[in-house]
Amino acid sequence: MSSAPITLTVNGTRHTFDGDPTMPLLWYLRDELALTGAKYGCGITSCGSCTVHVDGQPVRACTRRMGSLDGVSVTTIEGLHPTGEHPLQLAWREIDVPQCGFCQPGQIMQAAGLLRNNPKPTDQDIDTAMNNIICRCGTYPRIRAAIKAAAEKRS
Amino acid sequence: MSARDFLPWLAADPSAMADSVLHEATHMVPEHDDTVNAGRRDLVKMLGMGGLLVAAGPLGVRRLEAADRLFGIRGAAESWEPHAYVRIAEDGIVTILCHRSEMGQGIRTTMPMIIADEMEADWSKCRVMQADGDEKKYGSQNTDGSTSIRDFLFKYREAGATVRALLEDAAAKEWAVSADTVKARNGVVVHEFTGRTKAFGALVATARGIAMPAKERVRVKQPAERRWQGRKMTSIDLVPVTTGRATYGADVALPGMMTAVIARPPVWGGKVVSVDDSAALKVAGVERVVRIPETPIPGAYLPLGGVAVVAKNTWAAIKGRDALTITWDHGPNASYDSTAYKATLMESVRKPGQAGRTNGDADAALASASRKLSAEYYVPHLSHAQMEPVAAVARVEGGKVEAWAPTQSPQDARNTLAQYLKVDAANVTVHVTLLGGAFGRKSKPDFICEAAYLAREVGAPVRVQWTREDDLRNSYLHSVAAHHLEAGMDGSGKVTAWLHRSAYPSISATFAPNVPGPGPDELTNGASDIPFDIANMSVEACPAVAHTRIGWYRSVNAIHHGFAIGSFVDELAHAAGKDSVAFLVSLMGKDRQVDLSKAGLVAPASNYGASWTDHPLDSGRARRVLQLAAEKSGWGTSLPRGRGRGVAVHRSFLSYITMVVEVEVLPDGTVLVPRATVAVDAGFVANPDRAKAQMEGALVMAMSNTLYSEISFQQGTVVQSNYRDYQVTRMRAAPRVVDVHLVESEGLPGGIGEPGVPPAGAAIANAIYAATGVRVRELPVGRQLAGWQSKATE
Ligand code: FES
Ligand code: FES
Repeated sequence: MSSAPITLTVNGTRHTFDGDPTMPLLWYLRDELALTGAKYGCGITSCGSCTVHVDGQPVRACTRRMGSLDGVSVTTIEGLHPTGEHPLQLAWREIDVPQCGFCQPGQIMQAAGLLRNNPKPTDQDIDTAMNNIICRCGTYPRIRAAIKAAAEKRS
Repeated sequence: MSARDFLPWLAADPSAMADSVLHEATHMVPEHDDTVNAGRRDLVKMLGMGGLLVAAGPLGVRRLEAADRLFGIRGAAESWEPHAYVRIAEDGIVTILCHRSEMGQGIRTTMPMIIADEMEADWSKCRVMQADGDEKKYGSQNTDGSTSIRDFLFKYREAGATVRALLEDAAAKEWAVSADTVKARNGVVVHEFTGRTKAFGALVATARGIAMPAKERVRVKQPAERRWQGRKMTSIDLVPVTTGRATYGADVALPGMMTAVIARPPVWGGKVVSVDDSAALKVAGVERVVRIPETPIPGAYLPLGGVAVVAKNTWAAIKGRDALTITWDHGPNASYDSTAYKATLMESVRKPGQAGRTNGDADAALASASRKLSAEYYVPHLSHAQMEPVAAVARVEGGKVEAWAPTQSPQDARNTLAQYLKVDAANVTVHVTLLGGAFGRKSKPDFICEAAYLAREVGAPVRVQWTREDDLRNSYLHSVAAHHLEAGMDGSGKVTAWLHRSAYPSISATFAPNVPGPGPDELTNGASDIPFDIANMSVEACPAVAHTRIGWYRSVNAIHHGFAIGSFVDELAHAAGKDSVAFLVSLMGKDRQVDLSKAGLVAPASNYGASWTDHPLDSGRARRVLQLAAEKSGWGTSLPRGRGRGVAVHRSFLSYITMVVEVEVLPDGTVLVPRATVAVDAGFVANPDRAKAQMEGALVMAMSNTLYSEISFQQGTVVQSNYRDYQVTRMRAAPRVVDVHLVESEGLPGGIGEPGVPPAGAAIANAIYAATGVRVRELPVGRQLAGWQSKATE
């Protein structure tokens, strides 16, 4: 089952992977690289807890197979900002968004993708972009407020 | 270096907001060593596990034991431990041991801020450490029942005040002055006359050698002296959480650790007949296939059993499990079907049940009432569906068991592990990680037992990872419930008779065989302990046998009690032609405080573990939160078509909460929540921002319970599998504004985490009625509102 090794960049560091090409990126990050910021919540793209960026766009790591990732650049929550001070991370702390916190890396990575493509999102843009990231603790009103606060600060 | 040193969250630094470098990842890279012989692939023989049971009453398993042993100095080399919760090092760092589990309620901030405040510590020098499971030392660690603050506020205050007095005594001794002339202030002790100061750290050497302060010297702060209690504080784990460096259960890695994914019996009480694991063992990375013996039902906290695939990584374990071929004997619950069961429950509530509360003569009053109304309600099984599926890591070495787990109850985990593996509890250590949501699911240590069992069998540390499908299909579900209500009114619309019958499989059926249904004590979770002034009441529990594992889920029976009662009183208001708020105010009657154990409740009635003297039923508090929420919400002002407001008031976990929810119902039946107003009287609230966050979360969770979620059964098996078919609230429908008002009070604290859910469900249903004219009596709302515009004109 082993095929040609895959080379990819994760948070700026090059890695080579020659394992099972059907392995989802999520398990590679968590089990092989010990980058546990991306979380397992559903495994079927339904919850967004595993959201990371592949070549700058938010994707669900739980279904992205390693075999399809040769040459890509992956950014996880750990690599979003060198000192953890991305405007969204700061806004998240300012508004005290998290409850249990488990979904929050996925929320922040999805929101970072939104702001990159759309620096001034409307309420509807936020709803559309964030609807696939579940927070079972119910922090949605604060997530919305934090995205708006970060967008305002940046402009 | 022990594995604990790799857990960064164990020493969260509240001052680190500006310094995220302190939270560099220290996560350990798993080393896939090959010491475990990959060739040993023989099936492990079944062990005779016998009928192990945890003795527990329905709510008894949730009840807190008194935490008396709070004082005692233990020798510690570098840091001094003046109290079980507090350590002070000579460099001035104060470490506060959080003995309760953090699952989003904020206890890792709230507990330290109370203690540090009473200590007069310097917050920037405080660190929070998660305590291992040791209830003898720390008091109960069973984090459920919304108990952390309501059972421990005064103990935390006293702990901090004791340490403060001790440090003051030490300074007085060093300066040879009277203790009355020194005062602790923000991390130092000051001598009033000379202005001399000495930092806490510099006092450690002296303080170690002196006696604990006399009780009279220990003075808890007056309200005006408090610095943080009752104020907004920044939560301490924000940096690790927002940078992905916080450690949850599945994030723990040990050297040589393997990951297991388990095929469990799909039906409660089922057994493996045969396994073909040849394909699974061919999956690259799969090391072993291990049988875990089935626990005979009811099974309590013990694993369901099944077949575990142990592998080098999670993906291999998942693939390996997919490749198993298992023949099951589905056992006694193989025909459980939720549609048929619903009919059974409905029949059950149409006959008189066991009395839970009796006042006057409800039957006679109903017979003579000038107006009668009756309605029935249904709430399906629900699953916690916390974002983090359960996962645990365990290591068994030299007769010692060590586990790392997102557990709500390290004490239950420890005792159950000891019982399950037949070792002394003294040889079991349970480290508590952060919990990625819990809601009651993580009170049950079955998954921790699985990890420890497998670690022992394979001779290496094992992480057990439940998939989302496992989480929905093999959980401890919230009870399905049916309710039958009847009320009689006189000519003026005053309620003179109340008959409430409910049926739902009891939580105690998970702990004891042949439990026929709920008992009177379960009715005291928000059904028989209602604050209405009705002369003739009968609240009854009707039979319902369990066919799946039942467990407590945030607010427990108050979810369906609150929905049924809150909906029914709204129906009564409309029938009487009265405004819902005005009707509820009159239903409360005169402000009064009642000891319900002497006023109609049938034993064994409980009051959430508290006494009726401390926490009488207080109709005045219920009335005030009702009027507060009505006033703040703009109750009575008009709304555009398709919008409506609903109100409900409920007491549970000793707190009084009113929710006014405004909904917008789209033509296709989609329900949005533009706004909600919440009024809370929970006595003294230590951390108001986290209390508000709990109300926001309670509303969002109640939306899931009310609008979307349902676990159903066919042929004994859960139909739903993942968030695709077990729907929960998402961003688009989520409330735009949640306006929370906390009643300022020095009263004894009530719960915060749970009591917001019960009134929210009814308020949503009542708002839907106001918006559409459709009365929803069966949950979830689901597609019931499709085409409501034509239905409403009926
Ligand atoms: S784990 Fe990837 S979307 Fe849920
Ligand atoms: S904060 Fe707990 S799931 Fe979002």
